[in-house]
Amino acid sequence: MMANLTIGISDLKACKAPDVLVTYALGSCVGICLLDSIAGVGGMSHIMLPDSTQATNGSATPMRFADTAIPMLINEMAKLGASRSRLKAKIAGGAVMFATTSDRFNIGERNIAAVKSALRTEGIPIIAEDTGLNYGRTVFFYPETGIMEVRAAAKGNKQF
Amino acid sequence: MLKNYDDLSPVAIDCLREIGNIGSGSAASSLSEMLGKPIEMKVPNVCVLEYQQIIDTMGGPEKVITGILVRLQGDIKGMMMFLLEDSFAQVVLSTFMNAENVQVTKLGEMELSVITEMGNIMAGSYLRALSTLTGLTIDMDIPSMTVDMLGAIMSVPIIEFSQVGDKVLFIDDGFAIDGVAIKSNIILIPEMESLETLMRKLGVL
Repeated sequence: MMANLTIGISDLKACKAPDVLVTYALGSCVGICLLDSIAGVGGMSHIMLPDSTQATNGSATPMRFADTAIPMLINEMAKLGASRSRLKAKIAGGAVMFATTSDRFNIGERNIAAVKSALRTEGIPIIAEDTGLNYGRTVFFYPETGIMEVRAAAKGNKQF
Repeated sequence: MLKNYDDLSPVAIDCLREIGNIGSGSAASSLSEMLGKPIEMKVPNVCVLEYQQIIDTMGGPEKVITGILVRLQGDIKGMMMFLLEDSFAQVVLSTFMNAENVQVTKLGEMELSVITEMGNIMAGSYLRALSTLTGLTIDMDIPSMTVDMLGAIMSVPIIEFSQVGDKVLFIDDGFAIDGVAIKSNIILIPEMESLETLMRKLGVL
């Protein structure tokens, strides 16, 4: 039986194919899909902020931040038999939802940069991405085929 | 000192509720003036909710809505956001541009700026009411708008105010123009320091 596993905001999950991972309506957040295609193990993380070391709220979950969520996701996948050296990444999200001149945060871009840096640290190549711009994205990830499907309100569906 | 919305007393929440009522009334009457049409208002439902509850209440993360973001400066710093369902755009555009069967994901520049301007006027009138009531100075930046998935729009305040907590003041505003029911929701997120200023000014802290 195939299951659809939903990943909330500041959440992550690992699964074995043919289960499907989905996260809804990413705005400035970034969705990270990891796959070990040999072991048939996939994982998805939905991060909200770039850097755990800048958080003043100590009780925040490590799944919220790019730098702490990615190592955690790799561990969860390893428990299901994934090998770190075989992992490949596809990423989506990091939009700028409102074009304001006073966007002091520009959090979308910072999230993308932090995700790329965390993946580089782990030695995981990014083989596809659909990031930036100004619209929300729902992401489906199929570990069975490795396809990341991105759905947007006005842009239709795209596969990566 | 206030750290997050959970620290607010029931009296303080009642007070925020009253502010929500007054602001909404004022925003609705300025909309009525602009449209040249009478508006029937319902008493707005004002509550402190978690973001996730707001998303669920309004129809889920993928529901497409119009979001208008207004940043607040002055004595009250923070963010105000209008979340408008399609019926709002429909009424506004049919009044000003004789547009029928509007598809909100396919609006042109002109339509978008008309709707943004409506949001601008409503936000201005909302904040003037709040300012008059409290004697505090509240300035707003030029609003910006987008039509997109609710979850993606809500990620903006969720991220910016993640230090403050996962709850905000949610105003569920129902009104009707020409017999057409319009749902408009407003979220108001003052920074904690500003919320404290506001509460002191109203004598509930």
